[in-house]
Amino acid sequence: MSGTPPVTLLGPQRRPTLPGVVESLSLTGLFAIVTAGWQEREKDDAELSSYLGGESVNLALWHRLQDVLDRDPEFAEAFRARRAMLDEMQDLYLMGVGHAMDALLSLYERRSATASLVSRAITDAEEVLRDLDDRHRRRIASVHGAFYDRVVPHERPLVRQHRDEVTVALSGASAAVVAGGHVAALLDAMHLFNVAPLLGSRPVIAWSAGAMALTERVVLFNDRAPHGPAVPEVYDAGLGLVPGVVALPSARKRLLVANGPRMATLARRFAPSACVPLDPGAVVSLSSDRSLPAGTLVVREDGVVGPSGGSDD
Amino acid sequence: MTDTTPVGWAGTKRRRPAIERLLARKPLDESAVDRFLARHQVPVVEGARCTFLYRGAADEVFVIHRIVGLPQRVPMQRVGETSLWFAVLELPAGSRVEYQLEVRRGSDVVSGNDPLNPRVAHSPVGSSSVCAASGYVVPPWVTPDPEARPGSLEELVLPSRALRRDARCQVYLPARFRRTHSYPLLVVHDGSDYLQYAAMKTVLDNLIHRLDMAETVVVFTDPGSREVEYPNNAAHARFVVSDLLPALASSLPLLDRPSARCLTGASFGGVASLSVAYRNPGVFGSLLLQSGSFVFTDIGFDHGGGQVFDPVVKFMNRFRARPRRVADRIYQSCGVYEPLIVPNRSMVPVFEGAGMEVRYVEARDGHSWENWRDRLRDGLSWIFPGPQKYYYE
Repeated sequence: MSGTPPVTLLGPQRRPTLPGVVESLSLTGLFAIVTAGWQEREKDDAELSSYLGGESVNLALWHRLQDVLDRDPEFAEAFRARRAMLDEMQDLYLMGVGHAMDALLSLYERRSATASLVSRAITDAEEVLRDLDDRHRRRIASVHGAFYDRVVPHERPLVRQHRDEVTVALSGASAAVVAGGHVAALLDAMHLFNVAPLLGSRPVIAWSAGAMALTERVVLFNDRAPHGPAVPEVYDAGLGLVPGVVALPSARKRLLVANGPRMATLARRFAPSACVPLDPGAVVSLSSDRSLPAGTLVVREDGVVGPSGGSDD
Repeated sequence: MTDTTPVGWAGTKRRRPAIERLLARKPLDESAVDRFLARHQVPVVEGARCTFLYRGAADEVFVIHRIVGLPQRVPMQRVGETSLWFAVLELPAGSRVEYQLEVRRGSDVVSGNDPLNPRVAHSPVGSSSVCAASGYVVPPWVTPDPEARPGSLEELVLPSRALRRDARCQVYLPARFRRTHSYPLLVVHDGSDYLQYAAMKTVLDNLIHRLDMAETVVVFTDPGSREVEYPNNAAHARFVVSDLLPALASSLPLLDRPSARCLTGASFGGVASLSVAYRNPGVFGSLLLQSGSFVFTDIGFDHGGGQVFDPVVKFMNRFRARPRRVADRIYQSCGVYEPLIVPNRSMVPVFEGAGMEVRYVEARDGHSWENWRDRLRDGLSWIFPGPQKYYYE
């Protein structure tokens, strides 16, 4: 191993591949566990711990966050207000994205018009989508910035105490695993306790929501939502440990992968980042510079899921 | 004797309806009827054919239902010389129909539920037997799920200045309720009826557990005089907006924005929901209107609904004359077998024309609590979508 410690992204662990990956990476010693995405069930980690040789420490980030919310009313009020504002912003952003996406999908179906003109209109509509995404991401960052300026977490005794405890717990860990679950809850907890630099200095294995949280940009998606396909939406920034990747856990289950136009739009919308499906059994071991190795399965810009590094990328 | 009759161009054989097989049986006696009833659930549902049965001494028997478009008093025929009576109704797949039987013996006429059918639906005005036609299934989320953590119901007695009475409400808090979170609010008209006849607490527990709808605070309100307070009543609107909302906001962590507030109700409760929003535009982001009693007239005032509908018709006529955006989104449902289907269909373009996003759903059902119960998942998950998009296990 050279350079930065390895990061490995996995698919869902209903049929665990984690033990094999731990073994293949020759990871031993104490593992730090992040299961904040499991929320109330955060500490039900016996099975997970058994896959790690029984030597693990759960950082209990979700419970720590609840403790802060329960015991620091000023922080809790600011936290709630920020969440309410972000949720409302998300709804409004989704209105715009929804209309842009509808227009785009209509253009794909527009067979009666001149192909070259349709193609140009599609490019324009995709540009609109990317612009909406970028603006939304900047506004989210601005809301977070204002929040952190207001509550100054590192000056709050309770937050500082939890951060110190997390640092101590992680300091003895030779590697970390980040499980899936509720990606928003996971991000809230990981951001507040500032675990990114701590995770960045040791091998990390993450799956599902955990994999999403490690990327730069968390994109929510569900083509099989109860009221029809939802439009993929930029939710927030991740920890940034995995640059240039949009993680798509359970892609075959959640996305209409056979719908070429939808998949092509997904890939082009988030380019140059690679949209990486993380289906059951998937193991994506990032290179030492944290880039995707050639041959990784990605959603290509022609809408097909195939190995990266081909002529279509 | 064979039980099959050749039919169709492909040489396929279709089994004859059970009642025809019984009619053809020899001897056709009480023992044959005993065996027939032991073998079949009543009504006997065979594809679109639903055979209703009654057994007993009678001069005439009728199936009484309220399906608009069909004769609502269907005479039964006697099966030979036996004590069994039958009538066949063709009901499209997915239908759910409530009915009773009317039995005449001499001058004595008695109406009641079907004694051969254990399926009964309840409502504030009594119970009815239920015919679940082919393809109708009771949704799994209307019965208690042991995996679903139950929310709580708390009594709230609110002295209402607007209504000049104590308003008794029940407040539902979701299972994982935390004061450090903020929740959307759903205000339910005829709240006790929704709880009792539409199993709404169970439905909420299950939908929240399944991530179909967001964790929501739900307040179940009840009218004093329903016929006074619900059809566009100023005092009722003031109660909801000036008494109830501030009381809830001061004691519960509610999201303070219109898109996080929804009014719902069925029948007159639908009118109440619409009229409260109409009188307070910008307060509620969504309405969930089930079989709203949206009766109107295009000319004159002869609406045929009786005096109780007068204020409804005045309100609806005014609304239709000058449609106004009263919320951002409306989920509207109605049963195709109920008389209100035409007014409801007619309101969809009016609501949309006023700039509101409408999701309109019809069901092969009637003006009934189980119809309203069965539409709750679709409506609530559209109004307050669950957090599925956040879960990646």
